[in-house]
Amino acid sequence: MSKAILYDATMCIGCKQCEGACAQQNKLPYDDTVAAESVQSAHKYTVVLTKEDKFMRRLCMHCKEPACASVCPVGALHKTKEGPVVYDVWKCIGCRYCMVACPFNQPKYEWGALNPRVRKCVMCPDRVVAGKHTACAEICPTGATKFGERDDLVVEAQDRIRQNPSGYLPRIYGLHEVGGTSILIIAAAKAEDYGYPASAKIGETPMPEYTGRVMERIPDFIPVWTLVLGGIYWVSHRRDEVAEAEALHKNGGKQ
Amino acid sequence: MKFKLTLWRVIFIVIMVLGLYSSFIRYFRGLGAVSNMTDQFPWGLWIGFDCLCGVMLAAGGFCMVGAVYLFNVERLHPVVRPAVLTAFLGYVLFIVGLLFDLGRPWFIWHQMIYRNLHSVMFEVGMCVMFYTTVLFFEFLPNVFERLNWKTPIKYINKIYPVLIVGGILLSTLHQSSLGSLYLIMPSKLHPFWYTPALPFFFFASAVAVGLAMTIFESTQSAKAFGRQLELPVLVTLGGALLIALWVNLLLHLEDFFHRGLIGQIFKPSYESYFLWLELTLTYLIPITMLSFKKVRLSPQWLYLASIFTVLGFITNRLNIALIGFETYVGHHYMPKWTEFSITLMIVAMGFALFGLAVRYLPIFETETGHKLERPEHISVGTGVLSHAGD
Repeated sequence: MSKAILYDATMCIGCKQCEGACAQQNKLPYDDTVAAESVQSAHKYTVVLTKEDKFMRRLCMHCKEPACASVCPVGALHKTKEGPVVYDVWKCIGCRYCMVACPFNQPKYEWGALNPRVRKCVMCPDRVVAGKHTACAEICPTGATKFGERDDLVVEAQDRIRQNPSGYLPRIYGLHEVGGTSILIIAAAKAEDYGYPASAKIGETPMPEYTGRVMERIPDFIPVWTLVLGGIYWVSHRRDEVAEAEALHKNGGKQ
Repeated sequence: MKFKLTLWRVIFIVIMVLGLYSSFIRYFRGLGAVSNMTDQFPWGLWIGFDCLCGVMLAAGGFCMVGAVYLFNVERLHPVVRPAVLTAFLGYVLFIVGLLFDLGRPWFIWHQMIYRNLHSVMFEVGMCVMFYTTVLFFEFLPNVFERLNWKTPIKYINKIYPVLIVGGILLSTLHQSSLGSLYLIMPSKLHPFWYTPALPFFFFASAVAVGLAMTIFESTQSAKAFGRQLELPVLVTLGGALLIALWVNLLLHLEDFFHRGLIGQIFKPSYESYFLWLELTLTYLIPITMLSFKKVRLSPQWLYLASIFTVLGFITNRLNIALIGFETYVGHHYMPKWTEFSITLMIVAMGFALFGLAVRYLPIFETETGHKLERPEHISVGTGVLSHAGD
């Protein structure tokens, strides 16, 4: 069973304790300056955004079929069966294809480091495997960030929207986007207003399929193309041989 | 030999000094200090030019090898060696460029052990690795001939069919796959440049650029050596280039039409200006030029048409890698001078190595098959190629 996080923006009070807990869990610096930063970065995996009186969290969406994992040439990123998309820094060569490919722009880079790492929320994989909640969900005082089984959380999100239809937009962001994500968002405001990509724009097709359509043809393409090229080579050189033999034959006839 | 300071040598030295300074910044201060790349713009000039354009500009190698050894176009034989040399240098420099761009270049070998078969980048990486090896073997006979080693040449001749077929196979794969790299970004890359046909376009344009680059580099080096290339060679290449450009243009127009973009192309916008720049340089100017018989029969005009073609496709690659993302990201990306400086250094190294190779190896044969006499008395400052090197 796959774990997920349900973020209910209507319950969020903007206390930013999730930011602090995340920083502590990942051994990142956290003080008032960092708290005031409203963009994610190599030292800030999650951010609580404020617009008028409403809040919105941003963090890695932990896609069911992550673009980052499919593009990484060395497989430094992968989706675990528990749900988190994790990063093995010792494999990484630093090509940054994951950053370019991610439809949510989540992977960030240590641009100032001499041996830089890709940084992003990894959904506290150690805690999740140990049966605990993620640091952000555990500390959340209102339950706005809730950790659990994805299937259960989807049902719960649907219930909350059904019971209070005027309080929510009638959709769960992350349910179907790019084939579904392990972060589910329900809110009164559009997630797009906080920098999330529009659902229509990213679509419901898992991103790896876009390249998969081409990549899956390669195993067939290689032998076929080799035969074609080899065939052309053979034919064009055979023609030379024949011409040579014929010339020789003619000359031989004369003598 | 006495060292003479010519204009080209001064420029070369300045480029190298600035490049070395930028390299120092790159490896001792980090990518953030040397470039204007950010979390919003993780790929910059080095991916756009050094990698995408670098591989494209090296396409002459597989095009000429294919034409001569696969299709037996015998009259193109004199340009195979310079084309293979350009390709070999191009790929080596592509790898050098990667060592600057990768965040952890010391782990570049990881892709041989931690293979991710779903990754386009993995496929490109492996193809480039193998193809550079193939090019190395295709280049080696130059060295053996110079040293007058007969036996190794015999062995290489034996595996030559494998090198030819393998080289073209690998080129087909990774030239097109460089386009596939962008298939996973449908929501980010501007629709002018994002199309499911990207892999086909990248391959088709590589063939056109391969022809144009062969015209360019053989004319350029012929100039530097004060001799004319045989006209039939250039005329054949020019004719093939015209056909290749038409094929590219029609494929492109069909794609625009198919995706309903024709109206958008004619509406003024940031992207449409760059698209028009690309289309003008790539198709409008060279196709118009090459349609005149006078142009197709004149080495100077062919040279000019090939330059436009190359510039056009460079614009195409930069549009895909940089311009096409700016609206999505919401701000412009302008490379830092140190980024330009490292790119320039790599290009200058290419010119210099080409010049050295042409000077010391039997790259240009005469019609009788004898190698050219050592060109030590050519007029100074006429060509970059032969002079930048020493």
